[in-house]
Amino acid sequence: MIIYGVALLSVCLIFGMLLGEVLGYLLGVQANVGGVGIAMMFLVFASNSSYFKALTEGAAGAGITFWSAMYIPIVVAMAAQQNVAAALDGGVLALVAGVAAVVVSFLLVPVLSKIGRGSPSQPEKP
Amino acid sequence: MEIIETVFVRNNLIVAFAVVGCVTWVSYLLAKKLTNNRIHGSAIAIALGLVAAYYGGITTGGSKGVADIALLGGIGLMGGGMMRDFAIVATAFGVQFSELKKAGMAGVISIFAGVLVSFVVGAVVAILFGYTDAASITTIGAGAVTYIVGPVTGEAIGASNEAITLSVAAGLVKSILVMIGTPLVAKYIGLDNPQSAMVFGGLMGTTSGVAAGLAATDPKLVPYGAMTATFYTGIGCLLGPSILFFIVSSIY
Repeated sequence: MIIYGVALLSVCLIFGMLLGEVLGYLLGVQANVGGVGIAMMFLVFASNSSYFKALTEGAAGAGITFWSAMYIPIVVAMAAQQNVAAALDGGVLALVAGVAAVVVSFLLVPVLSKIGRGSPSQPEKP
Repeated sequence: MEIIETVFVRNNLIVAFAVVGCVTWVSYLLAKKLTNNRIHGSAIAIALGLVAAYYGGITTGGSKGVADIALLGGIGLMGGGMMRDFAIVATAFGVQFSELKKAGMAGVISIFAGVLVSFVVGAVVAILFGYTDAASITTIGAGAVTYIVGPVTGEAIGASNEAITLSVAAGLVKSILVMIGTPLVAKYIGLDNPQSAMVFGGLMGTTSGVAAGLAATDPKLVPYGAMTATFYTGIGCLLGPSILFFIVSSIY
């Protein structure tokens, strides 16, 4: 049943969002802290575990892969409703601040990626 | 005309599916014919979406791009936060746990590094443009983190409306630039594996920017980048009005 997979996905998102909201409340922040990320962890656990096979295999799994495949069209719709006009209206300061933040962050990607690539054993010291 | 409008408005989500489908088809066609697939079809579709959003913004004066045009209101639902998060979570289906663990530490570091770096850059730009009060500098710096962290921080520390507006604009510029720029720089920053995608998500942090940028680069990387990016705004909202504001106000 396709709905089983869709329901599993929905339950993951709802519990992830709830936990993210609780985390935000405990930290005293007016924001959801990692709700979507936590929901993704739930789904990763469910899809790697044998207990949830009935909800992730066959037709049920197709209920999840459908939404995964709808991701790019949804992102296109998301792009189409960004406040682009306001971004360009913000003037030079907003433009410079935004561009500079992106450029510096781009440059840091290869630097920090090296941490992940280091072997799990002790790195050799000179 | 009235009949068409009634049908389109009443079925706005379905209209959105049809419109996005057509835009995607045209984009993939353009990618193939014009660029020989050197530019990904989805990158063109996202760029077209942004252009349409600009047009929608200037013609309606609203803040939701093309979704403010009545006939295309369904775009707002289809591309809204709820559907976006639902689809992002779905991309995690089939992700190997071991890949996540490999970049775990680098991912966590990248979130904090990303918030700090963007904040410092934004704050320095604010100072260069002549701002001297701690609240404005902090708020504009927080805006360079994301367009949510900016106003949340600004309201918490009592910044001026002007600073809050600027912070939102800075955050929007960042988000849009990540959408467009990621596929162009991916090769040069080694963005081609799950580990660097997690670091990338943590450093950039703007969920929409990362989501669209990675989709246009390599859809397989999306879940890894999105996973870390979704913690970024929360961490930003945590650090902005507290530690970062204290540091700035101790200097100014």
